[in-house]
Amino acid sequence: MDTRELTCINCPMGCRITVVMEGAEILSVTGNNCKRGEIYAKTEVTAPVRTVTTTIKVNGGTHDRVSCKTKEPIPKDKIFEVMDVINRSVCEAPVRTGDILIPDCAGTGIPIVATKGVDNI
Amino acid sequence: MRADIVIVGGGPAGLAAAIAAAKEAPELSILILERDNELGGILNQCIHNGFGLHTFKEELTGPEYAERFEQQLVGHNIRYLLDTMVLNVASNQVTAVNSNDGVFTVDCGAVILCMGCRERPRGALNIPGLRPAGVFTAGTAQRLVNIEGYIPGKEVVILGSGDIGLIMARRLTLEGAKVKAVCELMPYSGGLKRNIVQCLDDFDIPLLLSHTVIDIKGKERVSSVVIAEVDGSLKPIPGTEQEIKCDTLLLSCGLIPENELSRAADIKIDPATNGPIVNESFETSVQGIFACGNVLHVHDLVDYVSEESSRAGKSAARFVKKNEIETAETKNIRIQKGSGVRYTVPCTVRIANLEDDLIIRFRSTGVFKDSYIDVQFDGEQKIHRRKQIITPGEMEQVILKREELEQCIDEITVSITEG
Repeated sequence: MDTRELTCINCPMGCRITVVMEGAEILSVTGNNCKRGEIYAKTEVTAPVRTVTTTIKVNGGTHDRVSCKTKEPIPKDKIFEVMDVINRSVCEAPVRTGDILIPDCAGTGIPIVATKGVDNI
Repeated sequence: MRADIVIVGGGPAGLAAAIAAAKEAPELSILILERDNELGGILNQCIHNGFGLHTFKEELTGPEYAERFEQQLVGHNIRYLLDTMVLNVASNQVTAVNSNDGVFTVDCGAVILCMGCRERPRGALNIPGLRPAGVFTAGTAQRLVNIEGYIPGKEVVILGSGDIGLIMARRLTLEGAKVKAVCELMPYSGGLKRNIVQCLDDFDIPLLLSHTVIDIKGKERVSSVVIAEVDGSLKPIPGTEQEIKCDTLLLSCGLIPENELSRAADIKIDPATNGPIVNESFETSVQGIFACGNVLHVHDLVDYVSEESSRAGKSAARFVKKNEIETAETKNIRIQKGSGVRYTVPCTVRIANLEDDLIIRFRSTGVFKDSYIDVQFDGEQKIHRRKQIITPGEMEQVILKREELEQCIDEITVSITEG
């Protein structure tokens, strides 16, 4: 049996979660205060994912950059590939919150969406 | 100019206060004065996620959270002026300046202070060494990266493990910088646990507790910093020095409520919070001036800022409508900080003015494990709640029901006792 201690990153509560495993099989998840914590713990010990938040260059807008995020969490080991694609991309103003800026980022199947609006100059 | 309620600052506190005041009293005119060129305050540069889980039951980034509130301004009797700096505040008049109107005054029925806080800069930390370029507060670096699009450096050391410092450690790493270490003077981190996991552990950035920067080297630009371990009285231990080559030092060493306007208005300040002393309605020692958000005390979550500011906005509206019961007619209960409690907000309660529950927010003086949060009414135990861990980095709260409070005569004491 293998025991892993995790700190849940879903919300600022930061619950301490204990996962007991037998090989690849999860035997128990304890310490979480909500369902999200259980899902986090199970994903974290098998295939960890993260939401990436960054900015992307904007042409012709009131701001030079617009904040954006991966619409869903992406595999943790893809973080730097996703950053690289975003940093080589440019979008055109106007941008609205929720607009899809990159449809499928770095082969993850997950789009990059704007988290702020930028008007035309 | 005239407005029933003037709100100083259009960040999360100001927006929530304005909306709540407008909902409470649609007939009142509300004016927000904001010194930046857009509403939203510091949320605009907090592009990371984790906001709004309490308020909207979903995880939003800072700009998205701000936008949700800005959208609610529409349809209410709320105006705002951007690029406008408030110069002076009194309970019935606010003086401000901007490029269009010059210096102008607004006559008003109440003022809500929502100026937020600012970071402790190098000058306030007394770090020895030279004064080269490359020393930034974490928030300044955050603005440079997220709004202006500049990376402040390539090899970075961060002093202080507050949340902004942790968030910036990850942000700079994502943008290709090498964050060599985060040094924390205290034996515990000042930031949220989740940020240590997802900002430092994810990228193998070392967190050096009980360490500080004792020298900054470099003539034009930072070339290295010298760090050392500190002892129990926070003094550097000789022989533990190590020099770290870097071009940038970020400071994330605490936030100070921005109360120059409050002090000039003769508002009493609590030395523990550096914010105004307020009652249950978030009214300061000057009648008609209210305060909420980080200008009152530094919060860990913006959701709590919004919730608190809504109550402050509602109280200000009730005050202007004269629905509030005068201080003299109602009993005034003091809230005392007992052992282990650094401060409480509010500091006094007029029960007659409570609409429903009273939320007392507080922070601890240190790290407590397997301890109890105790609340006493006039020396008699009312709440004895076990808590696995309490740290100064995370705000705590107790909620007291109005009918329970009726039993209290003089004072409520909040304390932390070990198990």
